[in-house]
Amino acid sequence: MEPFRTVTGLVAPLDRANVDTDAIIPKQFLKSIKRSGFGPNLFDAWRYLDRGEPGMDNAARPANPDFVLNDPRYRGAQILLVRRNFGCGSSREHAPWALADYGFRALIAPSYADIFHNNCYKNGLLPIVLPEAQVDRLFDAVRAFPGFRLTVDLERQTVGTPDGSIACAFDVDPFRKHCLLNGLDDIGLTLQHAEAIRAFEAKRLHEQPWLT
Amino acid sequence: MHARTLYDKLWDSHVVRTEADGTALLYIDRHLVHEVTSPQAFEGLRLAGRKPWRVSSIVATADHNTPTRDWHAGIRDPISRTQVETLDANIRAHGAKAYFPFRDPRQGIVHVIGPEQGATLPGMTVVCGDSHTSTHGAFAALAFGIGTSEVEHVLATQCLLGKKAKSMQIRADGRLPAGVTAKDLVLAVIGRIGTAGGTGYAIEFGGSAVRALSMEGRMTVCNMAIEAGARAGMIAVDDVTIDYLRGRPFAPAAEHWDRAVAHWRSLTSDDGATFDAVVALDASQLAPQVTWGTSPEMVVAVDARVPDPDKEKDPTRREGMERALAYMGLTPGRPVTDIAIDRVFIGSCTNSRIEDLRAAAAVARGRRVASTVKNAMVVPGSGPVKAQAEREGLDRVFRDAGFDWREPGCSMCLAMNDDRLEPGERCASTSNRNFEGRQGTGGRTHLVSPAMAAAAAIAGHFVDVRRLA
Repeated sequence: MEPFRTVTGLVAPLDRANVDTDAIIPKQFLKSIKRSGFGPNLFDAWRYLDRGEPGMDNAARPANPDFVLNDPRYRGAQILLVRRNFGCGSSREHAPWALADYGFRALIAPSYADIFHNNCYKNGLLPIVLPEAQVDRLFDAVRAFPGFRLTVDLERQTVGTPDGSIACAFDVDPFRKHCLLNGLDDIGLTLQHAEAIRAFEAKRLHEQPWLT
Repeated sequence: MHARTLYDKLWDSHVVRTEADGTALLYIDRHLVHEVTSPQAFEGLRLAGRKPWRVSSIVATADHNTPTRDWHAGIRDPISRTQVETLDANIRAHGAKAYFPFRDPRQGIVHVIGPEQGATLPGMTVVCGDSHTSTHGAFAALAFGIGTSEVEHVLATQCLLGKKAKSMQIRADGRLPAGVTAKDLVLAVIGRIGTAGGTGYAIEFGGSAVRALSMEGRMTVCNMAIEAGARAGMIAVDDVTIDYLRGRPFAPAAEHWDRAVAHWRSLTSDDGATFDAVVALDASQLAPQVTWGTSPEMVVAVDARVPDPDKEKDPTRREGMERALAYMGLTPGRPVTDIAIDRVFIGSCTNSRIEDLRAAAAVARGRRVASTVKNAMVVPGSGPVKAQAEREGLDRVFRDAGFDWREPGCSMCLAMNDDRLEPGERCASTSNRNFEGRQGTGGRTHLVSPAMAAAAAIAGHFVDVRRLA
């Protein structure tokens, strides 16, 4: 996994609460057996005017001019600003895969759904939680200033404008922070405890021999 | 020792080790695998030169992509077929405790077959790359959905990294009135606490109304814990749990049964155990529920009207309601019973078990699907559910009433196969999500119980099943 240290990027606002994973990446694209290539179908039903199916030439499809990510001023955005309970619904990791493949490196919201939140960390996508009032303020700023950019510094746990006019601190789980900063593979870390797992397993089978 | 909740007991008994910051390494007993969220995990394992840690933990099936008719023709969609064949190949290469491939008589929705085969047992940790894994919590298991990276993690290490959630108790006391089901109960809970109400919590459902539910009903309730934001829902062990498990193919055999039962009896919250949050509900006051919007929390009683966003003070919620009404093609103040439907879907991991089909058939018996309804589909949750229903003659009841009797699978709950709504079509569905486009791009989903779905099929619009003459 690519390490995450700091990102300075354009911010795109998606002003909706309860954005679900079916909206982030509709089910017809879940048939792929790969991890990559989901970006062109991120928010497919909102982003295009026709019905998306796998294998289409997405560049040739009619874009929905009213959808925020199609607004030229947000082209190349790396930070997505959203409302509460973002990523609710299914456990599909295709949702963070699609966001990351599109080019997003960080999300900012008042809250996320649990499984989605967890899945983001596994893919180098930082889901930042800020209080609702600060998120409101960022929505105002991003609308008011074309080209509005933010810098996310994971080490210092801050997000703010490059000129320092807005500066917010955020919390992050220390273990997840450590893994993200160093691009660590969870599995490799866990396997360092293989002996403890084996011992646990043996004890468990002794106590509950039906758990074969 | 201090009084512990069921969640405390399940968590504590699976912790292999704990990091300084509280992150625990949690041992996983049962790993359910299906075709959509596993291919990238097996590929990751292969690329890293790793092997599954314990293949006897794996129970696998193909359910999301499989067609529900013309099984002899195989899977026509080449992309779906590749995904199912990839699962076949991965299980062939590595092995599993049990695999129920496409067209196997025991194939079905992974959350139906786990319990049905006795592969889900009390006290287990159960995971699957599917959010509705919460279903298995009905057996006093700690069961939750995971992403594909975590599927790979469990395959490689038999463990997951995570922090303990907060605990919430949802108590439903009193008797559910006739015609009001487990589905109505859980929809009412979601309406009350919201789709993020359980975020960060593990929910234990209790109270006399929950105790009175069958295992099928309890699975329906726990299934939708995730729709309230909680990764895990659970219900304590009692006689109903144990009676359900006795004699199931993978349940403990003779020499272990009594010992297992004795252990399972301890899987309840201790008297005096405290929860981080408690929600109480009077089940006797509930009516059948119907969702009107694009989130499961957008739900009202069948005798109510479509709500008015102008009465909502929170601007984000108001905009959400307005957007939902526009998508659903509904206007505020309209009686729910005036809403006409085009399609009916009875199925999904929420409501496709034998009891669900019996409840729907009881309404359909001797009646006809309204001529204005284009299609009313019944999709059993598994091969054994289908066979049982056919032994009871339920397939005849449905067919005689004009319902379409299908092969098992996830089907139109998420419309990954050919079963889907066309744009603008309105569906009474026993599934779990009414998100935009969930059952097909532009489709409009109203979540209801099986009896309510059957009643809507007959009437052509929503109707209070308690008043169906």
